[in-house]
This record gives sequence, structure tokens and C-alpha cells, in this order.
Amino acid sequence: MAIWLLARSRTIIQRLPKMMPCFGVLYHSSSSFHYSASPSSSFLMSHGPRRLTSGTTPFFFFFSRPESTKAHTQLEQLYTSEDDDDQAIDFPGGKVAYTCEMRFISESAEKRVPCYRVLDDNGELVSHSNHVQVSKEMGVKMYTNMVTLQIMDSVFYELQRQGRISFYVTSMGEEAVNIASAAALSAHDVILPQYREPGVLLWRGFTLEDFANQLMGNKADFGKGRQMPIHYGSNSLNYFTVSSPIATQLPQAAGVAYSLKMDAKNACAVTYFGDGSTSEGDFHAALNFAAVMEAPVIFFCRNNGWAISTPVQEQFRSDGIVVKGQGYGIRGIRVDGNDALAVYSAVHTAREMAITESRPILIEALTYRAGHHSTSDDSTKYRPIHEIEYWKMTRNPVNRFKKWVEKNGWWEDKDEVELRSSVKKQLLEAIRVAEKTEKPSVEEIFNDVYDQLPSNLEEQERLLRQAIHNHPEDYPSDVPSRRHFPPISVPEEYAEDIFSVSSNCSPSANGWRERDSY
Amino acid sequence: MSASLRRFGRWVSLASKREFSNFSCIEKGAEGSWKSLNLYSAINQALHIAMESDPRALMLAFPVPLGRLAERFGKNRVFNTPLCEQGIVGFGIGLAAMGNRAIAEIQFADYIYPAFDQIVNEAAKFRYRSGNQFNCLTIRAPYGAVGHGGHYHSQSPEAFFCHVPGIKVVIPRSPRQAKGLLLSCIRDPNPVVFFEPKWLYRLAVEEVPEDDYMLPLSDAEVLREGSDITLVGWGAQLSIMEQACLDAEKANKQVSKLSTQKFLVGTWVWTIGTRKHRKDGISCELIDLRTLIPWDKDTVEASVKKTGRLLISHEAPVTGGFGAEISASIVERCFLRPAMDMAQFLASCNMMSAESNFPLTCNGHGSVFGILQHDLEAPITRICGLDTPFPLVFEPFYMPTKNKILDAIKSTVGY
Repeated sequence: MAIWLLARSRTIIQRLPKMMPCFGVLYHSSSSFHYSASPSSSFLMSHGPRRLTSGTTPFFFFFSRPESTKAHTQLEQLYTSEDDDDQAIDFPGGKVAYTCEMRFISESAEKRVPCYRVLDDNGELVSHSNHVQVSKEMGVKMYTNMVTLQIMDSVFYELQRQGRISFYVTSMGEEAVNIASAAALSAHDVILPQYREPGVLLWRGFTLEDFANQLMGNKADFGKGRQMPIHYGSNSLNYFTVSSPIATQLPQAAGVAYSLKMDAKNACAVTYFGDGSTSEGDFHAALNFAAVMEAPVIFFCRNNGWAISTPVQEQFRSDGIVVKGQGYGIRGIRVDGNDALAVYSAVHTAREMAITESRPILIEALTYRAGHHSTSDDSTKYRPIHEIEYWKMTRNPVNRFKKWVEKNGWWEDKDEVELRSSVKKQLLEAIRVAEKTEKPSVEEIFNDVYDQLPSNLEEQERLLRQAIHNHPEDYPSDVPSRRHFPPISVPEEYAEDIFSVSSNCSPSANGWRERDSY
Repeated sequence: MSASLRRFGRWVSLASKREFSNFSCIEKGAEGSWKSLNLYSAINQALHIAMESDPRALMLAFPVPLGRLAERFGKNRVFNTPLCEQGIVGFGIGLAAMGNRAIAEIQFADYIYPAFDQIVNEAAKFRYRSGNQFNCLTIRAPYGAVGHGGHYHSQSPEAFFCHVPGIKVVIPRSPRQAKGLLLSCIRDPNPVVFFEPKWLYRLAVEEVPEDDYMLPLSDAEVLREGSDITLVGWGAQLSIMEQACLDAEKANKQVSKLSTQKFLVGTWVWTIGTRKHRKDGISCELIDLRTLIPWDKDTVEASVKKTGRLLISHEAPVTGGFGAEISASIVERCFLRPAMDMAQFLASCNMMSAESNFPLTCNGHGSVFGILQHDLEAPITRICGLDTPFPLVFEPFYMPTKNKILDAIKSTVGY
């Protein structure tokens, strides 16, 4: 494909000098060339170090323009002053004006893109805040879900430490991102998660039992115990099954969104990912596809500062993620991910735009991974404890939202005590049951590779059953084996062995606990 | 299927000396009229039928194939994508998971690698990891040598995908096969990689039923019956193999065939040799595997048990090619087998002694002996591409040509 493209671009290059006479002038007079002193040019050519402004003045833009979701288009402003309007290249994709000024586009804007927020750290509404109203019912539900997620994380994390599950990933510090974004969506919107968004699933009705079953990999796990803990999924809740590879869900989300658009559904696709994902090729593929295909998809980036042990400074040199959208023709917003109201408002509005205008929207939520990357990680080895503490305490999203809910008179201390004890109780019961539920049986190794069992897998299942029969001590005793196999034609001297396995594995064998013989 | 490919097709038909003969195989389920079509048109026809018969069928490719398809079904259902293979496959997976029949095209199999992660880690595991909650897509890609394709327009990457549980790999050999198999692949709920022999797009012409018909997947087809050696291949290579079969049949009448059978009697091994001077050339059985994974081992096994010899041929490099898998599987199944009961053994002894140069008599102690017989009378042979990148001007040297195959047939039969 490269060949054909090259050939095509070569003809364009050959044509360019003819089309752009002032290029030649520039080559010869570059020494005397100087930049225009206009403000727009100096902005454009700024070579100073990028200033990383803190959150002191970022809201002006949104207050002054209530239609704040319209992207801030720096480039538009920069290319109007001295462009040669009457001369332009009639180029595929639209006319491009000529200019005699040799201007390079700056690698970054002078100021970082501001971060939209509604609540300050004390849970007070920021004055003039422009946000979507949240009812009492919704507000309380959001808060209780955030608390449930918090408790889930701490109990399951502890469970892993006790060795009762093999692995866990917490969403600590990202509760607002999880729950508020989920709350702003409809149940028909299709979620393509990464793995730190269990709150979205919780919001949609995945029960504590469902979570516990997946973590235990028992027979009630939808994934039949085949994936590591936290790889949840539920087609009925419009939540795609989690896979470990990073960013692979993004181009799929564009496809899902396209399908929703084709069906004229009042729904969009929503895909979550972290800051590290934006370095993957799939991220770029997805944004470009979504823009070109005009797919109603929300790309929700949880920029939590850390991709395992890689900080954002070592991940990219752009102003975060939100600016990348513009490169693909995608509208975007940066939002305070620890402000549930801001996340709710941004997602709510993004969803409306995505569906009614058939376009992708990029949301960058600034948050912090307050926990370790996973139970296999110790983040104190690569980041200062005071940084973690600051985000855990001062910028805690759950506390901040709680203050707001309390100020509204929607929530009291006794509600809090009641909620926490009831969730914990339910959770412990769910774990108790899940732990006792038997594992999926052996045939589930072979099912679902294809929709039907092919002969090679049938053959391998027979061999495996024979191996289990010969060496039962090699295999976990809590995995039952039930599939009944029709007799197969084998030499008689072997037949006895195989059939004895089959009969052991027949449905008449009662329950997994009695099956100690294998 | 781009303009460039159309160019390919024309060059091929002018430059190639490769001949394709139509196999006289039968197709099921096609009652109506038949029309002479090349492989390109047969695939086009299959796509039209797939799109027409299922309103949820969608096609995506860079660049968009077949202008008439887009005209007929609209640009919403047949669309151009940006130039990004992982995007095409990922987007297609998303479509398929939403209940659409997504048909994604990669311009050349040589460019499928950027999508490898999406195919291997996503498409292949979508059903399994979710516990059967989602279906998947079909990916088409032209593969194989074309006479002048060099490194990046000639590769046969099928073996990579045959190592991935959850994927099906299908390669048609002719227009009629292509149409029926492609329709099966599109309608199969599993992810299928469908490699099209681009050499044959214009070159292969045969009568194709106009109707909608499907050919079974994971079902090999015996194209020619024979008794001396089994040849297994797929796609464009079959036409080369068929020529080798024809030549083997008529050419070498001087091949001397030593037929041996070993009998294990107690702790003794008896070897009975029969040297036959063939008068009628070598009779080759030719099998089109059609689906490479999950593949039809039984058909190949049955054939090898009949002929006692196996030759596999593919364009891809020999090391780690799918021929290695076939070879290993057939050795597992055909190296030794319990041959017959005693009565058969005795009958066989009488027959052999009558035929052979070494008269043999058996007395009846057989009931206490185990009797085993070799199915394989010669080592399995692979005639494949060289273990090099696909070399442009050296293509005639690289390829598993007819005479390489013919020589291997002779030496295997004469082993």
C-alpha cells in the first residue's frame, strides 16, 4: 500500500512548486525573514518552556462561552492575518490558503488546556458553574455507588492479600470517574472498558455476587473461570468483556458506535482507557476511524498520572490527551476527574453531542490512581508517599461529593453508617457463597473456542481426560468433569482406560466434592 | 481488489505461464444456472449475495473494493476506511460484536501484521473470554505469489494464524470453491481469515453456480483419487500439484517400488518386501485441505492409510509452515497401527507370498501374537517455499514448482 501512496504523494510534491510561487522566494530570503510581531504569531512561535499552570484560572473559557463544548480552535485564529486568501491550493479535502510567511506550528500552546470543574475541593459549587442538574435521587445513588465501589475495592484487595483470590485491581481515587460517567449514560450505551472501570458495571446492575463469582472464577462467572480476576463482562448490561491488552478496545468502540448509528439507536459507544493507552497505535487508529466514520463514540481517558510506574512526563510531550483530539478532528474537553458533578455534566453533554451530531468526543479526566497499579505492584517504590496521600485525602473524590450531597441535605451520618455496614455484609456473604460455588467443569476448557466443538478439541479432551484418570493427583480436585462422551473406536486394550474415564465423568457423578478420585 | 490489484491481475494473465485446470469437483446445493467466472468475479458475486441476503452485512476495506457493491448497497454498508489494518480489524470486531456480519478486507496478506494483535488477542478470544457472549467477523486478504510481487505482495502468512485457537483459516483453490467457501465463512459466527490466491483472480476460470450456495468448512476434498501417494495442499498451489500428479501418472514408468510390510510377531519383526516394477506410472491422490484450522485430519489420515505416502506442498517457507503440522499429525496417526486380526493376517500372508518375489508361508501360531503394520512406507515430504523472504527475481527458484514436486513424488514412491 505504501507504494501506491508514495506514487500519489510524489505527484503532489512535484506540483507544489508550481502552485506555490512564494516558496521559491522563501528559500532565498530566509536569512532576512522575520516573524510578525502580531500577538497571534508570537503565540504560535512561542519557544519558551511550556508553563504548567495549576488550576487557578481555568474556568474563564467555560463561563464566557456556555456552549463551552465547542472546541477551542487555536489554529483557526492563527492563520487568518496574513494569508493570501485569493490564492489557494484546491486540494483534495478542501482549499488551503497560501501564505508567504514561513511559519511552523508551535509544538504546544502557551497555556495548557484548562480543566472543567463544578465543585471545589470542599464540595462547594464554584460560582457561575455551568453544569447539568443532578436530582436528589440521582445524587444519592451516585454517592452510594461510589461508597460501594470503595468498600468493594478494600474488601477484595484484602481478599487477595489473604491469598483467596489470585489478583485484583482497585479503582481507588477514580470513584468519581467510574460512577459519575456511568450515571450520565443510558443503559443502552455500549461500554468498552479497559479494566479500572468496575464502577460502570456496578452502576448498571452487576451485582456484588457477580463480581465475587468472577474473582473466584467459579461456574457462575460469565467468563467460566477462563480469565484472571477483574476481567468482567456482561453482554446483557452492554458491557464488553475486559481484555488485558491495552487500547485494543478503542477501534472496536468505533465499530460499535458505527453499528449503533446504522441502527439509528438513541445510544452511543463509550470506551475507557488510561493515559498510557494513548501511546498505543490502537488509540490513534481509533480516533482517526471514529472521526472519519462519524461514529458516535465517547473516548473517555482516565489520565491518572501513572501507567504502572511510568509517569505522564515520560509517556508523552503533548499537553495531556485532550489536545490530541484536535489532530484527528475530534472535539474534546478536559475535566476534573475527581469532581463527580463535572464528570457527570461533561459526559452527559458529550453523549448528547455524540448522538445528535454523530461524532466522536474525547474526554480527558484528570484524576489519580490512588492505589497501586495492581496487587502485583508496589507504587511507593516509584512515587512519593506524600503525593499519594495528597490525592487520597485532600483530593478524594468521594469525600468531595459527600460534602456536596450533605450540604444539599440529602445525606446524613446515620445513612452513611447504615450504608457501609449493609454493603459490607452483602459483600462478605457474596464472597462466602462464591467461594463455595464449584468451579466450571473440565469441558469448559474446550467450549467456546468456536461456537461448536471441532474434532481436534474433541480429541484433546479425550486425551486430557485420560491423563486426569491416570494422574488425578496432578489436577485440582475442585474442578468437576461432566461431559458424557459417546464411545469411541479404539483398540480394545486401551478401551478399558478410556471408558472408565468416561463413566467417571458422566452426568451421574454427583457434585464436585465427591469426585476426589480425580 | 484495488486498482492496483486489477493491474496485478492483468499483468499476471499476460506474464504468467502458469496454467490452471478446472477440477471436476461437485458442488452441492446449486440448482440454477451456471456461468463461467474468474475467481475475482466469483468472490464479487459471493459478496453481493452476502450483502443482499443479510441486511446486517457490512464491508470495510482500504481502499474500498468493488465500486458496484458500494453503489448497490450504499456507502453506509460498503465503505472505505483509513489506511490502518489494526483499525480495520478492530472496527470490524466492534461491528460484529453488535450482531453485524462484518466483512473486513486487508489489501494484501503481507499487510495483515499490524492487525495481528486485534486478530490474535481480540477476535480469536472474544467468544472464549466472554463465555460465549459475542460473535465475530470475517477477514479477507489476497495472499501468495503473483509472479512479480517481491517481499510485500507475495507472502503466505497462513501458518501464523493456524497457531491461534479461536480463528478459522480458509483458502479456496478456484472460483466455484471461493464463492461457496466465502459465503460459509461470512455466515460462520467465528472469526475467519479467508486468504484468496491473488494469482488466480483473473487466471482461474470455471463454471460457477449463480445461486447462493455454501461449502462446508473443516472439510477437505479429495480432488483425484490415487493409490501410491497422497498430496495435500491448498489454494493456488493445488494447480501446480495437479500438474505434477498428471506428469507422475504418465511419465516415469521405470519407477521401481519396494513395498514393505513389517509384522511384529512376539519379539521378532518380520519384514516382507515386494519389489514391483510399475507399468502404469504413479497414481497420486490429491487433497485440497480448504480449511487449515480446524482441519480435516480424518480425510488426510484415511488417504495416507491407503497410499502409505504423503507429500505436502505450500508456498510459505517450509520451516514452521502448516505442512509441518500436517506431517506431525499424520505421523502420530499413521506411523504404526494395529493392522488386522489373525485371519486377515493369514490371508494377507498368502496374498503377499503369491505376489512377492519372496514366497512366504505362515503357520498358525498367530493368535498369541500382536500384529502391527506400518501405514507410512516412506518419510513424509514437504515441498514448500524456501526459508527466505520472498525474493523478487528469484521467485522461480523460491517456488515449490511442479518439477520439484514431481521429483519428490518419484523419490518418495521409490523410497
